[in-house]
Amino acid sequence: MNAQPPTLLERILKGKWIGKGFLLLVGLVVVWWVGGKALQSPSLFLQQIINGIQLGFVYALIALGYTMVYGIVRLINFAHGDVFMFGAFVSYFSVGLFQLHLWPVRVFPGLSPTAAIILGTVSVILLSMVSCAILAITIERIAYKPLRDAPRISALITAIGVSFFLEYFGALPFVFTPNFITYKRPFEIVTWYVKDGIHRLEIGTEAPPGSVIFSNVLIIIIIVSLILLVGLNYIVRRTKIGKAMRATAYDKPTSRLMGINVDGVISTTFAIGASLAGAAGVLYATAYPQVVFWMGIIPGLKAFVAAVLGGIGSIPGAFVGALIMGQAEVISAGYISTPMRDAVAFTILILVLLIRPTGIFGEPEREKA
Amino acid sequence: MSKKFFALASLLIILSLTLGACAQPRPATLKIAILAPLSGAVPTFGVSTRDGALLAIKEWNAKGGVLGRQIEAIVEDSQCEADPAVNAANKVINQDGVKFIVGEVCSKASIPVSEIAEEKGVVQISPTSTNPNVTVKADGTTKQYVFRACFIDPFQGLVGASFAINELGAKTAFILLDQGNDYVRGLAENFEQAFVEKGGQIVGKETYTSSDTDFSAILAKVAEAKPDIVYLPDYYNIVNLVTAQAKEKGITAPFLGGDGWDSADLDRAAADGGYFTNHYSEQDTRPIVQQWVKNYQAEYGSVPDALATLAYDATNLLLAAIQNAGTDDPAKVKDAMAAIKWEAVSGTITFDQYHNPIKPAVILQVKDGQIRYVTTVAP
Repeated sequence: MNAQPPTLLERILKGKWIGKGFLLLVGLVVVWWVGGKALQSPSLFLQQIINGIQLGFVYALIALGYTMVYGIVRLINFAHGDVFMFGAFVSYFSVGLFQLHLWPVRVFPGLSPTAAIILGTVSVILLSMVSCAILAITIERIAYKPLRDAPRISALITAIGVSFFLEYFGALPFVFTPNFITYKRPFEIVTWYVKDGIHRLEIGTEAPPGSVIFSNVLIIIIIVSLILLVGLNYIVRRTKIGKAMRATAYDKPTSRLMGINVDGVISTTFAIGASLAGAAGVLYATAYPQVVFWMGIIPGLKAFVAAVLGGIGSIPGAFVGALIMGQAEVISAGYISTPMRDAVAFTILILVLLIRPTGIFGEPEREKA
Repeated sequence: MSKKFFALASLLIILSLTLGACAQPRPATLKIAILAPLSGAVPTFGVSTRDGALLAIKEWNAKGGVLGRQIEAIVEDSQCEADPAVNAANKVINQDGVKFIVGEVCSKASIPVSEIAEEKGVVQISPTSTNPNVTVKADGTTKQYVFRACFIDPFQGLVGASFAINELGAKTAFILLDQGNDYVRGLAENFEQAFVEKGGQIVGKETYTSSDTDFSAILAKVAEAKPDIVYLPDYYNIVNLVTAQAKEKGITAPFLGGDGWDSADLDRAAADGGYFTNHYSEQDTRPIVQQWVKNYQAEYGSVPDALATLAYDATNLLLAAIQNAGTDDPAKVKDAMAAIKWEAVSGTITFDQYHNPIKPAVILQVKDGQIRYVTTVAP
């Protein structure tokens, strides 16, 4: 009996390109639709893009922690969002209670105001980063290290447990309290608008129609994120510990045989990831000035989606995924409706898992020894 | 075997008789349950509500209680959410045998509690739930056992709209609302209706969810639409975030809201220039208001907010109704309540056919770190 050549329908049903074709179709519809909206009011569209960049860079910092930890210990650290919350609270206390951001003015009275603000803000961010790194190392030693050789599901469930612990311990009245707390920024907001050049926009005045507005929060978020990303890239690619991290990610037992202190490398990875989340916490609270004990849950999940979208385990993937997430969210909030933003974020997760589970930059899972 | 069984059975009967006798002592005190959100999204509302209600009970107890009995308060944390509130209501009714409930604060928690109260024949008075459905059933009839001490959303929306048009001269409005919150939706719908009826124009309406923190996308649209006023009838936590971000987007239109703004945690710097409708102002000069402010300050060391005041009024109304009825039978107390006329701190209260109080509202402004009394609007 002759084998029948497959019909077109069978080819469509079996072919791998059905996923790609569907994705292409969805992509075209989105581009056509967003493009139409953009032409209606280019300034509003540009404004939304800027809002999306602000959100995307914060997500990128959180997503990097997910992706680094996953790359090395294959653990989705669900407590990462709560480390981010901890970072925001540390900066809230350091600014609100101890006025850490004012130390340059106190110690060097002759310093120029701009330099004093930059120095003060940098020290607030650094303190949060260090505190989060210490917290993450503690969590790793107490909760994850004993489970290093246990099935992955045990570690995952432990991570969820740690996440709940951090949230509800934080909600206790003598810790962070369950209240919404207004966050005091370490610097004053300065706003500019772009129309025939860049002009300063005084608070309480209106920008002329058709202008695009941005604030120093956006600039600080972009600069701090880029510095941290470049620094991270340098650590991973150029330093000895970075080499050890890459080796551990590739093959843990062999790395150990080669004399790499695997436990130390894992702790360092957690610390670096958490310090990025700590910086993200400060930047997020600065942009959206309110802190509350559950504030890490949603950004944490969104950053997780971003990491999966970019290819979990891939550092450039996390960055690109986060920028796409930021845009997708703000565009859907701006042009469909705000409640849709979460739906769009998690639809992206489902689509990625269905069509390309390894994400944009991800490689197929390597079999481990 | 049968002997053993008989012994066991008689033991059980004796035990149940003695235990039964223990479980029903003569009620020496009159129990009143206070359901307040002491944790969850709006804990400051819960604390104020509890403090206001407890002060009312303390004052009645000092005067000898009601019907010659001391009043015992049972405070439960109902978290401003439906499920915890229902659990708390079932607990106080079934375990503590309570017949009178003061609470809940939030409409979305009070509505499910009111259904239990109506079914079990327990008198409930909510101090601050403004959604119409708290006292009215789905078929439009009044819930016999459920009352409230505050005016309802249509009234706040109406007052907000007429203040915006008559006093502020607004012609266009932008509405921001949380679609998942009964309270916010009620105010927004009624504001929209009244604003359009009075000749205003709604230039935009955007929804968000209660867990949102980034409002940049919808605020960009507000800046583009350039309305005369932005109506944001949400609680202080959302108001803090939205107004802080609005300042950076070059939005100069004043924000207008409802009594959800009334909190010590309202970010007065961010909300500067905004107006909100409220139940009372401590700057009111009526003697009953000044006396209340003085007593509250002596007890708790702070100026009472509207939540505390309404909880105080609600508890007083309930106890006065029990006094008027001359019995603690809820069926008689509810009739006495419906017919009451009581001079409360937030104005003289009578109930209409839907068990909503008829009384005036005040407009307040956030200005230079202070909350200023602007005007009073009578119904």
